[in-house]
Amino acid sequence: MKRFFALAALAAGMTFAGAGVTFAQELVNEIGGVTIEGNSKVNMFKPDKERDIIPRDYQKQPPLIPHSIKGYEITQNFNKCMDCHSKERAEETGATKVAKSHYLDREDKKLVNISPRRYFCMQCHVPQFDAKPLVENTYKPAKK
Amino acid sequence: MSFEKCMPAWLQRVGLVTALLIFIGGIVFWGGFNWALEETNKESFCISCHEMKENVFREYQNTIHYTNRTGVRATCPDCHVPKEWGPKIIRKIQASNEVWHKLLGSIDTPEKFNAKRDQLAQNEWKRMKANNSQECRNCHNFDYMDYTEQGARAARTHPAAFDEGKTCIDCHKGVAHRLPRIDQHIGQQNEGAIEISHGEKPQAKAEAK
Repeated sequence: MKRFFALAALAAGMTFAGAGVTFAQELVNEIGGVTIEGNSKVNMFKPDKERDIIPRDYQKQPPLIPHSIKGYEITQNFNKCMDCHSKERAEETGATKVAKSHYLDREDKKLVNISPRRYFCMQCHVPQFDAKPLVENTYKPAKK
Repeated sequence: MSFEKCMPAWLQRVGLVTALLIFIGGIVFWGGFNWALEETNKESFCISCHEMKENVFREYQNTIHYTNRTGVRATCPDCHVPKEWGPKIIRKIQASNEVWHKLLGSIDTPEKFNAKRDQLAQNEWKRMKANNSQECRNCHNFDYMDYTEQGARAARTHPAAFDEGKTCIDCHKGVAHRLPRIDQHIGQQNEGAIEISHGEKPQAKAEAK
């Protein structure tokens, strides 16, 4: 009798496990018609290799970050981006200088330092990853 | 016995058995001493104190020296204790001060730790600067760096920095732990805090000459 129960449990377990697999395959992302499983690979998000300045796609686009920013600290104590991009350091490091607009407060008054509302660089400037778009994008940058 | 006559005079005086016992005793003592020293040179020993485990170890867990693609790690002593015997013993003797402050509870809460972070970080930067970042260079040897494998920024900056006689810690601060308050001239909140130097600038060097 014991053996029977064990076998029954095993059979039930296998059935459920099988159902689990088919269930997961049925989860389809509505945007691209891609299954969730096929979409979530471990290496899905690999940062792009370092490259030259990426051209902007539209006017006043915050420039994209053309390098890895892995492990960069932006806290109250220290801003890693500004270690190279601040106006004091940019010349020595060869980095792009922070734009003058970042020294204005919201009333357009000029400040001595970076405006606090600009402190968190990644609110606007983002690094690039090789993530494939889920749907085709036909957007073309406007000509100047 | 002719064998005894071959022995030097001092050995004849103390006797062969005593000399052998002292020799073996020396090996056992040295082995024991070295074993105990190496026991205090392990990550598990460092984080047996909550001061380390709750503060610096947690920060280190987010960094490349803790976890990475290949699993090669640099643990606490790899960076903070010299590998050579002499400097290692000196550092270990200095560490008795750290035991004293453990007893005093100088940094036994995150608040106390952060209040001392300026001083603690600068101590370590000073030590690294003084020995030309030896602990970094135990693994990261300049002579074997392949600039073609490095990112554009690293490949550009490294040779220039080496030419200027800079050492790793001049630029690579806060690699494994959070930085203290740094005055970067970008905002009011850290005005008057410590400034980091990025090493001597070439112009300053030329002026000194």
